[in-house]
Amino acid sequence: MSFTPGSELGKSNLEVFAETLLALARENKNVLAVTSDSRGSGKLTPYAAAVPEQLIEVGIAEQNLVGVAAGLASAGKIVYAVSPASFLTARAFEQIKNDVCYSDRPVKLIGISAGVSYGALGSTHHAIHDIAVLRAINNITIIVPADNLETTEAIKAAAQMSHPVYIRFGKRPMPHLHPSGTVFEVGKSLQICDGKDIAFIATGETVHPALKAAEEMEQSGYSCRLVSMHTIKPLDTEAVIRAAGECHAVVTVEEHRTAGGLGEACAAILAEANMQIPFKIAGIPDEYTVTGNQLEIFAHYGLTGPGLARTAVTLLEGITKG
Amino acid sequence: MIDRELYLKSIQYRIKLLKYIKMAGAGHTGGSLSCVDILNVLYNRILNVTPETFNDPGRDRYIQSKGHSVEALYVVLADHGFFPEEELETFYGYRSIYTGHPTRKVKGIEQNTGGLGHGLAFSVGVALAGRLDHAAYRVFTLLGDGELAEGSNWESLMAAAHYQLDNLCVIVDRNTLQLTGKTEDMCGLEPLAQKLEAFGGELRLVDGHNITALTEMLCKLPFTTGKPSVVIARTIKGKGISFMENNPKWHHGVPNDRQYEQAQQELEARLAEIKS
Repeated sequence: MSFTPGSELGKSNLEVFAETLLALARENKNVLAVTSDSRGSGKLTPYAAAVPEQLIEVGIAEQNLVGVAAGLASAGKIVYAVSPASFLTARAFEQIKNDVCYSDRPVKLIGISAGVSYGALGSTHHAIHDIAVLRAINNITIIVPADNLETTEAIKAAAQMSHPVYIRFGKRPMPHLHPSGTVFEVGKSLQICDGKDIAFIATGETVHPALKAAEEMEQSGYSCRLVSMHTIKPLDTEAVIRAAGECHAVVTVEEHRTAGGLGEACAAILAEANMQIPFKIAGIPDEYTVTGNQLEIFAHYGLTGPGLARTAVTLLEGITKG
Repeated sequence: MIDRELYLKSIQYRIKLLKYIKMAGAGHTGGSLSCVDILNVLYNRILNVTPETFNDPGRDRYIQSKGHSVEALYVVLADHGFFPEEELETFYGYRSIYTGHPTRKVKGIEQNTGGLGHGLAFSVGVALAGRLDHAAYRVFTLLGDGELAEGSNWESLMAAAHYQLDNLCVIVDRNTLQLTGKTEDMCGLEPLAQKLEAFGGELRLVDGHNITALTEMLCKLPFTTGKPSVVIARTIKGKGISFMENNPKWHHGVPNDRQYEQAQQELEARLAEIKS
């Protein structure tokens, strides 16, 4: 049976995270989840029931969450610190910087309900700064999985990592983007389709809209490449350079501010490689974020199939006119 | 009974830490002098850790949350053979591992600290892991009093009490001064004892320069079963050097040549007194 990316809806990445973590915890008593009143939001209620001694609750105290996680990790525990991405990476930023990264404690920081998953709850609850701030920290891997497979593999890979890692995802069901059995490697992007006109380099929950854009454009005769850039740091620079070398234009897509995220990371690589190419960063601009649910916010900022196709076609038409 | 060995060390550590601060032209002089007796007692009488057992999962842990008083920690660790003392001649220097705040690059140091309000959360994590593993080790954390204005400390204290971490001992170096001036003039901490008790600590007060009293108190851990032990060690910032005592100017003041000479003379005189 052939696999068509995006054709079949999976679970939410949040759910598969919780299932994967429970499986890991059952295999190894040293696996711990540390939560800040976030076991429900983290879909960890079944985990808490199944392995109660392997869940540590610290209450609504994210700074303490991260510091405690660092201490546990120092004593050999395999620690997943689970909290809404917004609070985890903003409230506890200094703990991440000092106690985890600078002190090299292999904590697995799990940012749930990332990006604009919390929708109309507003900007206090949005995490569209997290990639930018964490990219500026030494000694942390940043992973933004797109689908269930990437999430499962990232959570499993984190258990083996001996340095800090941040993994963030949302809570809406995600379509499967990769055939089962796809080999996932941290730091190595996954190409979903190939083409030469436009390269979409997308991450997390915007990979699917980018896929829709690619499908729409294919129908108009464009050929499109789509790369799921699940690891933002270390970035798969080779894939970025290849995309720019083999396609006529590049559009990066992320559920993040256009400042400091995947797009600027790719732009820096291309600039330093002396590669001039029509280039556009699709994301959430520097303004008060519009109120709406996640998909309404995506639509408002053009992070949909039609919106991204428009962005890409405009970019390509600029080349023809130029 | 007077612990003559530690009283001698208490002066020797002061001589050394001033030497390296003078050499580097930088350091947190006042706070190192206020906490050095606590470190003296911990490393020489209480902690079950040596350079040989430093990687042993069962070792006692000392985490210095008030990271700026690193000079006191360096001289005590050197005295214990964690590294050759001469290496401290590079303190503060280009490419030295002996930075102005503790880092794990230096053998004997458990965790990188320096940003305030971080050490206690980490310690709670270590103590929790010990509980989960049924390990016998204890975790000691030294907090500055100024840093208690950081709210994160109180989050961590709540967690320590909630998890009944009686394998954790929190010592507050209560020298009543911080960079700008008196703690009570910045954001008052008093009544500190009541606050620490209210947050679930089993509290004791001690003269933080009284080696005998400190030793006796820290030999009796935990103070009570099922609660973190919390000590307010009443100390004097700049302790041991007449003109540095109780003067916030010496928070990170470095003595000039004349001041350095006077300080060493005062300490040598005290040393001779103890030896006689």
